[in-house]
Amino acid sequence: MAEELIAFPSKAEMLDRSRQFWNPDKTQFWMDSGVPLVIDRREGYFIYDVGGKRLIDVHLNGGTYNLGHRNPEVAAAVTAAMQRFDIGNHHFPSLARTALAEALVNTAPPGLTKVVFGSGGGEAIDIALKTARHATKKRRIVSIAKAYHGHTGLAVATGDDRFSTLFLADRPDEFTHVPFNDLAAMEDALRGRDVAAVIMETIPATYGFPLPAPGYLEGTKKLCERYGALYIADEVQTGLMRTGELWAITKHGIAPDILVTGKGISGGMYPVSAVLVSEAAAGWLSEDGFAHMSTFGGAELGCIAALKTLEITCRPEIRSLVFYIADVLGRGLRRIQSAYPDWFTGIRQDGLVMGLEFGHPQGAKFVMKRLYEHGVWAIFSTLDPRVLQFKPGLLLTPDLCAELLDRAEVAIAAARDDAGSARPGGRPPALPARGTTPGAPGPRESPARRDPPSAGPASPANGRWVR
Amino acid sequence: MSEAPVTAGFDGPIAIDLLTDPAGVPRARAMLQRAQWAASAFARYDRAAVDRIVAAAAAAGAARAREYADWAVRETGFGVAEHKVIKNLASTTGLAQAYAGHDYVTPRVDPAARIVEIPRPAGVVLALTPSTNPVATVFVKSLLALMTRNAVVVSPHPLARECSADAARALADAAVAAGAPDGVIQVVDEPSVPLINALMTDERTNLIVATGGVGVVRAAYSSGTPAIGVGPGNVPVFVADDADLPEAARRIVDSKSFDNSILCTNESVLIVTEAAAGALLRHLQRAGAYLLPPEDRDKVRDLLFPGGHFDTRFVGKDATWIAAQAGLRVPGTSRVLLAPFPLVVPEEPLAHEKLCPVLGLTQVGSVRHGIGAARAVLRLGGRGHSAAIHATDPATIMEYGAALEVLRVVVNAGSSLGSAGIGTGLAPSMTIGTGFFGRSSVGENLQPKHLVQWTRLAYNEDPAVGFGDFTGLVPWEAPTGAVPPYPVASNLRDHGGRPQTGHPVPANKTPGQDDRGAAAGPARPAGTPGGTDADMEALRAEIRRVVLEELRGIVGDGRG
Repeated sequence: MAEELIAFPSKAEMLDRSRQFWNPDKTQFWMDSGVPLVIDRREGYFIYDVGGKRLIDVHLNGGTYNLGHRNPEVAAAVTAAMQRFDIGNHHFPSLARTALAEALVNTAPPGLTKVVFGSGGGEAIDIALKTARHATKKRRIVSIAKAYHGHTGLAVATGDDRFSTLFLADRPDEFTHVPFNDLAAMEDALRGRDVAAVIMETIPATYGFPLPAPGYLEGTKKLCERYGALYIADEVQTGLMRTGELWAITKHGIAPDILVTGKGISGGMYPVSAVLVSEAAAGWLSEDGFAHMSTFGGAELGCIAALKTLEITCRPEIRSLVFYIADVLGRGLRRIQSAYPDWFTGIRQDGLVMGLEFGHPQGAKFVMKRLYEHGVWAIFSTLDPRVLQFKPGLLLTPDLCAELLDRAEVAIAAARDDAGSARPGGRPPALPARGTTPGAPGPRESPARRDPPSAGPASPANGRWVR
Repeated sequence: MSEAPVTAGFDGPIAIDLLTDPAGVPRARAMLQRAQWAASAFARYDRAAVDRIVAAAAAAGAARAREYADWAVRETGFGVAEHKVIKNLASTTGLAQAYAGHDYVTPRVDPAARIVEIPRPAGVVLALTPSTNPVATVFVKSLLALMTRNAVVVSPHPLARECSADAARALADAAVAAGAPDGVIQVVDEPSVPLINALMTDERTNLIVATGGVGVVRAAYSSGTPAIGVGPGNVPVFVADDADLPEAARRIVDSKSFDNSILCTNESVLIVTEAAAGALLRHLQRAGAYLLPPEDRDKVRDLLFPGGHFDTRFVGKDATWIAAQAGLRVPGTSRVLLAPFPLVVPEEPLAHEKLCPVLGLTQVGSVRHGIGAARAVLRLGGRGHSAAIHATDPATIMEYGAALEVLRVVVNAGSSLGSAGIGTGLAPSMTIGTGFFGRSSVGENLQPKHLVQWTRLAYNEDPAVGFGDFTGLVPWEAPTGAVPPYPVASNLRDHGGRPQTGHPVPANKTPGQDDRGAAAGPARPAGTPGGTDADMEALRAEIRRVVLEELRGIVGDGRG
């Protein structure tokens, strides 16, 4: 590593420069939140702060690190590929892109026959929406309130206003938001037959993984068919075996018209995203294949990483591991919950997709901070900070699961005391309420936008520079 | 990565290899991790659940005993299908019956010693199985693992990988259907030397049970992982003057011809006193042995031991075929070729192990000389393994047993099966511990107790300190459903975590069902060789030859 390029006299100095040259608000937010994390080394499910503190990663950047950080097999494949390939030329047929496209189609829900590549989830969502509009010759897009599908031009308009109005990127005339789990509202939105597509995360991540009510997704798909809209499954966070199936949507028996994947698809080693499209929706690829261009879309190194990631993920052994891990962590968390039912109020779980509900409007922030102190990194849900996103990896061992539960139990108990007001007669919350109103929450894997700095509890790690 | 295949005008197959680990190693490591989870779940099963699982797996193996016997002979070219049926039955339902009354699950209480013992399985057992005795060894090791609540990953010998893998899966499917945790029995489809080394040194492997030649056993012990390795035999059989000669002759011929002598427990050198030799030979011939005249003996010796080393082409082949290969005409009823030689010395090839129905024969002047000859046989190989004696006088038998460096001597029985615990009181097993004599940690036939250890709760010996009443205290329980359960979304579950009725688990969604299927991902390069069956057969034979050559130095001869 070119260490001379990355050299700071101290962590404090580094953070000062981060505020100065990078992102002042985000940098400060973490200091105020008691999570003064600057990630240095990373390996498997561990990340290490520059000060050496070890954390078990159950954030995984929304599944980007499903197979662990720097998975040795993925790293080896990319290293080998770099002896031959680079990003490639996006105009030409490519060995790596073709192989990945075929592998994705072969493992996809039935009916998806073409693959379009992007460089990130937002671009992939834009491709999906453009594809739906081309196929249906309609413009309106329906998504759920508190949806999150990314920050690019079209994707951002599908999501919560917080990220669109700031940039004058909201388009209420073309983008309709309906409440989640409300089929009647969905039908109202579709009835006009002017909708190109309904886009839906199979379990909305940034909203805290509220589970689709029985029949909701299935009913939505039927409504799409009835009113001539396409169904776009955003499987960026729920795909890649996190629910015990390669694509969570198949647990609902739904064959989507379009499926979007990103994040974990390339093992966290080189960014790539992909849109899987049914033949009926893929018309533009025959009409004008140059209609969407992306220099980095389907970069060949990313395709190699994705091929290896997909091959690993599809091993029968991995699916079995997911079942075991989901079972052990689910039982362990229910045991912890039974000790603090007034505070740890609910567990939303589908496989390794978990949202932990706490009895305080900002509950998950208290838990996040205590987990950090106790060596676990998990993030609250930006659009519902009561809920902690708990996203363990696919390859966890029995020992690491046990350690994770031990740490979680202590942290959850400590956070309960912090959030005293969660209990009758308790003291008021120490952290500021934020992110509960439109215009406040933060991005998918970032926390809520920071309100003016509060007098939150000082982290023991604050101000300590141990190197 | 391979060299660039794409050049101007090129239109052949394109394959870019991005594998950096030897083929199959990453998948095998994933198996160990799955086994680790299975073992952690299985270690908490109670006895009734374990008994059900063992019975189901044994029955599944027994039901296909004939099919696997035929398959093993077809795939390896070794042995006699009829005899493998017997072994397959003995290694499934026979084994289950033998240990039916044993309990390796429930804690034991000894109030007098003021000790409570809690059984603790090894965890993940790596089972290396041989080509000579493939399916029966898979059965035995898998069932012993199930009896003791271990998970097992089977790495079969490459020559027998297909029948071994299928047999392991048959047991796995039955065990899981009977409630065993998913992944409790797994099998490596593409065994190779680098893969075996990777598995043996992986920290998730808790115990290696290696059956094979000296090479694989030494490799197991060198891996740093706890290991039970058992090596090759070279079995002397002594017939004393006072033996029941007709019975001894019949047993020896039956045993030597059993499965064409493929078991490592088969008699290698027959030692007989001069006084008994004449009569014994007549009885041997009557039982189906053919005595090779000296010049024919030489032809057979040259055939079997070109350059002084045993040619593995003759492993498990029948007597008349071997005779024909040597250019001899022998009666079609010949089951064993008797090859007389004068002295047991290292340079006499016929005194070494022969995994085929050729039996060395040497005469001695006395019991003392007979014991000396038997000791000499064991100096050439097979230390710690097995020996046999046919005699009446207990003093002779005791002297023989005390003098030979073996850990089992079968008396008035055939050694092939007798030393494997079939028809004797030894533990039924296809894996024979050669103990300290044979540089192994286990001196008995492999049995369940070798795969489990005990946590001992040791009370203060002072009687004034009370000893607890442990009656009925069992820390284990039966599983309540599939282990692990299918991950049903929590809003479709009841409070106990079980799927609610009315929201059934998708019927086809159990892990492991698609274990045989190739995983998704990079398409395999095109160009699978086509051609006729004869071409394929020739190709297979060539592959076998190459694999054998490769493995000989490292994995030994795949002997059991």
